[in-house]
Order: sequence, then structure tokens, then C-alpha cells
Amino acid sequence: MEMCALKLVAIVDRHLLILSTIFFFAAVVRSVIALRARLFRRSRFNFVMIALGFALQTMFLSVRGHALGRCPITNLFEVLVFLAWSIALIYMLVGPAYRLSLMGVFTAPLVLLLQLFALLTPIDTPHAIQVMPNPWLEFHASISIIAYGVFALACVAGAMYLVQERQLKTHELRSIFYHLPPLPTLFSAMTRLLWLGFALYTAGLISGFFTGEPVPWKKVVLAVAIWILYGAILQGRYHRSFTPRRIAALCVGAFAAALSLLWSIEFVGHHA
Amino acid sequence: MLRERGCRELVLLTTCNRVEIYGCAEEDLETGDVANCLRVNGELSAEAELRSFYRHENRDCARHFFRVTSGLDSMVVGETEILGQTKRAYEMARARGHTGPVLHRLCQRGFRVAKQVRTATEITRGSVSVGSVAVDLAEKIFGDLRGRKVLVLGAGETSEKTLRALSARGVSDLRVSNRSPQHAEELATALEGIAVPFALWLDQCREIDILISSTSSETQLLTPALIEPMLWERPDRPLFVIDIAVPRNVAPALNDMDGVYLYDIDSLQSIAKERMELRRQQFAAAEEIIAKHVAGFWEQIGNSLGDDFTTQRSGTRAIAPALRPSESQAS
Repeated sequence: MEMCALKLVAIVDRHLLILSTIFFFAAVVRSVIALRARLFRRSRFNFVMIALGFALQTMFLSVRGHALGRCPITNLFEVLVFLAWSIALIYMLVGPAYRLSLMGVFTAPLVLLLQLFALLTPIDTPHAIQVMPNPWLEFHASISIIAYGVFALACVAGAMYLVQERQLKTHELRSIFYHLPPLPTLFSAMTRLLWLGFALYTAGLISGFFTGEPVPWKKVVLAVAIWILYGAILQGRYHRSFTPRRIAALCVGAFAAALSLLWSIEFVGHHA
Repeated sequence: MLRERGCRELVLLTTCNRVEIYGCAEEDLETGDVANCLRVNGELSAEAELRSFYRHENRDCARHFFRVTSGLDSMVVGETEILGQTKRAYEMARARGHTGPVLHRLCQRGFRVAKQVRTATEITRGSVSVGSVAVDLAEKIFGDLRGRKVLVLGAGETSEKTLRALSARGVSDLRVSNRSPQHAEELATALEGIAVPFALWLDQCREIDILISSTSSETQLLTPALIEPMLWERPDRPLFVIDIAVPRNVAPALNDMDGVYLYDIDSLQSIAKERMELRRQQFAAAEEIIAKHVAGFWEQIGNSLGDDFTTQRSGTRAIAPALRPSESQAS
């Protein structure tokens, strides 16, 4: 009976997610058209599309959360959606604050890819056993994924830095060049995001030991490896051989590594 | 003088290469009469001289004004300084009581058109001169230019212009080095900077953010081997090198180094040319916006002034001459 109810919820909330994905797709299409026409112009369209996509993501997570009776991060599908939601959330908080509204051009494709992958692969498998709520476990999982969202935005800022740096080096200035924030602004945003993500990730890592669950050592080793990687990047920030361009490239590379770690994570639901 | 001849409203727009009179008159005004107002001495009688003036009436005049405020009629297409100049011209006319319902609406709409053209097209985007391209690039590399240190190696017209453009954006630490100490002193004094002995210029690269090189040296003055030890001392501070000299003073390989951005005169000119081309491509979109506003403006003044305006329009003209002497006459 419970299985049937969960399947029904899955059908309903998937529609919300599909609609959300369409909004992110619209933002991506608009940016691609503008860039191809070499007439990129700043507009609110991207922000509005992302905001609408975010609202639908929130509705999806809310419906799914109510059905599960807990934070909806019980399988890879939900984790990916929660991550996409975190990225959109951090973008909307950070973008206007750092005058990085152009981040939407880079953020929307990332969210779109995550949601498309979540929707098109058979990873939304409901659990046969009802998971008992565990506040520490939920805190640990959700704060860790939000940290991933912050690292994703640091990766986006890094990509923006690399794009602009490349254009400055090759002397081929595309129309988007004139809309990108100056290199120091991007570098400063990147550094702040790295610190914020690192702090959240550390909190997530420590809280994992208070869940009362058996310690999954393989997962801990991988998580600590990612923690050391980001710690090294932040330390490198103050080292001579780490130029801003290298830090930007590392931001992109480290996020790719962190994302691949998601595959090896035992999800919250699997703890039960 | 024009008022005496029946001109009810008047705005005089003067810039470095343009003198235009926008007027609204009940009776037809001869171009010669208007042109004579611009003459300090004597009558403007020679037909040849009159030919160097142009005249737009009614809708054409509105269209011309909107093109002027939008920068479409400027020597540097898309420049925005003209908007400020037209605003000042309007304010001056208004303060003296020379504006009325027609020119007031024309000017206000002109300012709106300029804003719309600027935001809806790329016509004002990007720099179209070597100096301003260099400044734009510097702002991308450094963000805020205040407090940045610039060294000019050699003294030339382009380097001086570039230096002045940087100075206008907040660069205050200007250093000049030249083989001739006298020239270095002269330029440094003119730019309120300091002169550096030519033998010491390389050491300056430890401190400076921007290097503008324009010496007549036949050999390369700056190579990766020379600059590398200095870059090690400034890992998170980029160096922007502008090589204006022919032949080049700086080895192209410098651009391959982390944190160094090298632009020579050809690259800067090429960017400026590309931006100018892009601005020209935006002409059609800008003209479309202007055409809509001309129609809107004409309808607006027709509606608000009613029969009175219709009579004027059918009689002679509502908006009379916009006159500009040719560039050779302008001063």
C-alpha cells in the first residue's frame, strides 16, 4: 500500500520537476541564441526563469518530503534534485549580492544537466522499507548537499574566470566579454564561495559522526579526500605558485571530482 | 534675433563638431536668416557657404534629433557624450524661457530614445579607439583602476593618449621613463607623474600594474627571461603590457605567461575596428526604434496641441530648421 502511495507521489511530483526543467531549458536556450548571435545582452529573463524553476523544484521537494515524512534525499534521484535546488538557491542569494547576475548563464546549464540526468535515468527507486526520521542524519546529508551547491557556484565563478581570461589572452573578445565582471571580482566571489562551501562541508562531515549510524569508512575516506582537496585549494590561494587562473581551474576540477563522489555515497535511505 | 523673425521656441546645440539650431516657428524661416544668427560679423550671402548648412523639417527634424541624441549621427558612432550635451543645451534653453510645448516634448522624447537605443542595442557597447580599448581591458584585468601604477616607456602620442585615458579612470601613480631624461621629465610634468631614469625602468616591473611601451628600440626590451623572476614576487597581481612600438618592444611569448596580458597596437586596433563594425550592424535596430518614436512624437504633439498645431503644420512647419555648419566651418 505504502509502495503504491509513493509511486503515485513520484508520478505527480515528476511533473513538477519536468516543468521546472523546462524553465531552466528556456534560460539555456535564450543564452545560447544570444551568444551565437554575438549579441549577448544583460536581461532579467535568466533570473526569472531560474526563479520559476527554483519555485517548482521547491514544490517538488515539498511534495516528496511530505510523502516520505522526511528530507527527500533518500536516493540518487532525490540527491541530484536537492543539489540542483541548492545551486539555484545559492545563485539567487549570491548572484545579486556580488553583481554576478551573469552567473545565470553558466548556472542554468549545470542545473539543467543535473535534472535531465535525474529524469532520464532509472535512478528514482522508491524504498521498500520506510526510513525512520533521524534529525542528525538529515542535517548531515542536507548540509553536505548544500555545501556541494556552494562548490558548484564556485565552479561556475571559476568557469566564468577561465572564459574571460582565455578571451583576454587570445584577444578574441566575444560579446559576453563585455558583460562579465572583472577578473578580481570573480576571483573574490570564488574565494568567498570556497570558504562558505568548505565551512558547510566541514559541518556536514562532522555531523556525520553524530548520526548514531555505523560509520561507513569507505564513504568517510572519500569525503575526507574531497575536504582535503578543497582545503588545499584554499591554502593554495595564499601560495605563490597558485595563480588565480590555477585556482579557477582547480575550482572547476574539484567540483567535477566532488560530483563523481556522489556515485559512491551510500544514501540516507540505505543506512536503514 | 530669431524670435523677432517669428521663432517661438529655440534650442541651440553646440559640440566640438556640431552647431545646430532647433526651432519652432509659425512662419517659414529662411536658412540664410538662421545661419546669419551664427555669424559674428557680416551677412552670410555667398550661396556656396549656405550649401554647407543642412536643414530638416517636421518629422525629419524629429528623426534627426533622435539620431543625434542616440549617437547615430556622431563621428564616433554610439558615443554617449552627445546625450549629456543635448541635455545641457535643453536645460540652457529652458532656463532662458526659449522652450515651449513642442521642443520640450521633442527633447524629453529624444532623451528617452537615446536611453532605449542604448539598452536595446549594442550600439554604445565596447570601445572604438585604441586608448579606450586599453582602458576597458585594464578594467577587466584589475577591476578598479584607482591606485594602479602605470609606467610609460618612451614617449609618443598614442601612449600619452592611453595614459590620459587611464588617468581619467582613476589611475594616479604615473611614471615615465625615456632614453632622453628631458623628454621623460616633460611628459611626467604634463601628466603629474614622476620621471624614472631609463636604466632603472626594468626594476619598476616589480611594482607597476600596467606597462605602456613605445620606444624606437630595434631590439626587444622585455622578454620572458627578464620578467619571470619579478612575476614570482607578485603571484596574484597581473601585469598588463601595452606594446605600441613598431617594431615591437616586447617579446610576444610574454603573453603565454600566467598573469601577463600583452596587447600590441595591432590587437588594440583590431578590437576597436571590430567593435565599430558591431556598432554599425546595430544601425538598423536603432533606426527602427527611432522611427517608432518619430511617429509617436508626431501623434503626441498633434493630439496635445490640437487644431492650433494642425494649422501650423499645414501652413508652414511645426519644427523648423536644424542647421549645422560643415566641419570646416565649425569651431
